[in-house]
Amino acid sequence: MISYLRVFLTFARNSLVRDMTFRANFIVDCVASLTWVLMQLALYVLIFQFARSIGPDGEWQKFEFYIFLATTWLVNGLVGAFFMPNLSEFSELIRTGNLDFALLKPIDTQFLISLTKIEWSSLSNVLLAAGLLTYSLINLGHMPSPVQWLLYPLYVLCGTAIFYSLMIALASVSVWLGRNQNMYDFWFYITNFSRYPMEIYEGPIGTPLQWTFTFLIPILVVVNVPARILAQPLDDQRWPLAGFAILATAACLAASRWMFTTALTSYRSASS
Amino acid sequence: MYARATTWWTILRICVEERLVYRGDFALGTLMRFLPFITQIFLWRAVFASRDEPDINGYTYNEMISYLLLTNISRAFSSMPGLSTSIAQLIRTGELKKYLAQPIDMIGFYLLMRVAHKLVYYIIAAAPFALVFYLCRGFFSGWPDPLTMAAFLTSLVLAFLLGYFLEATIGMVGFWFLEVSSLLFVYQLFSFFMSGQMFPLDILPEGMQKLVFALPLPYLAYFPVAVFLGKIQGAELVRGLLIEAGWVLFFIAASRFAFYHGLKRYSAFGG
Repeated sequence: MISYLRVFLTFARNSLVRDMTFRANFIVDCVASLTWVLMQLALYVLIFQFARSIGPDGEWQKFEFYIFLATTWLVNGLVGAFFMPNLSEFSELIRTGNLDFALLKPIDTQFLISLTKIEWSSLSNVLLAAGLLTYSLINLGHMPSPVQWLLYPLYVLCGTAIFYSLMIALASVSVWLGRNQNMYDFWFYITNFSRYPMEIYEGPIGTPLQWTFTFLIPILVVVNVPARILAQPLDDQRWPLAGFAILATAACLAASRWMFTTALTSYRSASS
Repeated sequence: MYARATTWWTILRICVEERLVYRGDFALGTLMRFLPFITQIFLWRAVFASRDEPDINGYTYNEMISYLLLTNISRAFSSMPGLSTSIAQLIRTGELKKYLAQPIDMIGFYLLMRVAHKLVYYIIAAAPFALVFYLCRGFFSGWPDPLTMAAFLTSLVLAFLLGYFLEATIGMVGFWFLEVSSLLFVYQLFSFFMSGQMFPLDILPEGMQKLVFALPLPYLAYFPVAVFLGKIQGAELVRGLLIEAGWVLFFIAASRFAFYHGLKRYSAFGG
C-alpha cells in the first residue's frame, strides 16, 4: 500500500515537473478551464434573475444551487485532474498495443493506467469551487454542522469514485471494441444528467430517468448527495439516499474492477 | 469556365464519397448529441415552474424549448469543426504548398469540402433530427408562413458562409502565430455564450444585449432561430439579414486579405 502511495506521488511529481516545464501552456490551460466554468456560472446568474429556485419545492434557491454547482466543479475537477487524462488515452493503448508495456510492469494494471498522468491545471476548478462554496455558505443563512462538514468530503470522494468506475467500465469496453471514441462522448452526455438537482426529473419521462440514473447507473447521487449534505439543514437530509450512495460507490467500484479484469483477459496485443 | 466547373464538381463528389464512409458513426453521434437536450428541457421546466409569470422576456416555456431545439439546426449550418486547426496545421507543417503548386484556390477548395461535409451530414442526420423533432412536436405552435420560412432558410445559408469564412480567417492567423489553438479556444468559448446556443440572447440585460448584437456571433445560432419563431419580423428582419450578409462579406474579405498577406510571410517548412 505504501509503495503504491510512493508510486502515485512520483507520478504526481513527474506531471508537475512536465507542467512547470511548459509554464505558459499550464497557465493558458488553467485560464481556459476557469473561463469555461465561469461561463456556466454566468448562465445560472442569468437564470436566477428570472427564477426563485430550480426544482419544485424551492429547495434549490440561488445559494443552495451555487453549492450544488460548486460540488459539480469539485467532482469534475478531481475526475479531470486524476483520471480523465489517463483513461482517455486507454483506448489508444489498446489500439496501438502499447498496453503490453503496462501489463509487463510489476504493479496493478488498473492503478497504473488510471493514475500515470495528473492534469494539475484541472485542479484550478477545485480552487474556484472552494471559492464559490465559501461565498454561497456565507450568504446561505445557516451554517452546516460539524457532521455535515465531515460527511461532505466523504461524499465528494464517493461521487468521484462513481464517476471513475463509470470511466473504467467504458474504458474496458474499448478492449472488446478495439476503439471506442463514441463511448467517451457517451460519458460526457450521460454525466450531463448529474449536473442538476435530481428533483427536476419528474413526470412520465423524468421519474423513470431519475430511477434509472439513481439505481441502475447511479450518476445522480454523485453531486446530489454531497451538495444536499452541505446546502440543506440536517433535518432536511435524505438519509436513505445518503446510505444508498455509500453502497452504490462500493458496488460501482467492485463492478468496474470486475469488468476491467475480465476485459483484460480478452486483450490481444496489437504490436508486432 | 466549363473545365473549372467540372473540376469543382469532381472535388465535391470525391468529398461527398469520402464523408459517406463514416455514415453509421455520423448518425449515432447526431442522435447522442441530443441527450444533453433532455436535461435542458427539465432545467427550463423547473425554472418556469418557480415563476409566477408564464414567460421570460416574451419566451413561454414551449418557445424556450423550441428555441433550444432549433439552435441545433442553426449550429448544424454554422459550426465548422476542425476548420481553423486544419488550416493552421497546413501552414505550420508546410503542407500548404500543395495548394500553391496546384491550380486550385485553397479557400474555395476548403469551402467545397465543407459543403460536401454538410450535405452528407444533413442526409445522414435527417433521420435522427426528424425523430427528435417529431418527439418534441408538442413544443411547437406550427410552421411559420412561407415568407418567414424563406427568410429562415436564407439566414441559415448565410450562417453557414459566416461560420466558414470566420473560422477560415482565424485559421489564417496561423501565418503570423503558427499555433492558433488558444485563440480558437477563446473564440469557441465566446461563441458558445454569445451565439445564443445556451439561451435566447434577448433575455440578456439591455446593456449586454447591445454589446452582443454588435458582434457577428448572434448570426451563427440566435438569429436564424429568432426568425423561425417570428421574434424578428418586418423591417427588423430585412435589416438583420442585411447585417448578416454584411458580416459574410466582411469575413470573405478578411480571409482573402489574411491569405494574400500571409502568403508573403509563408516559408513552406517541412517536407
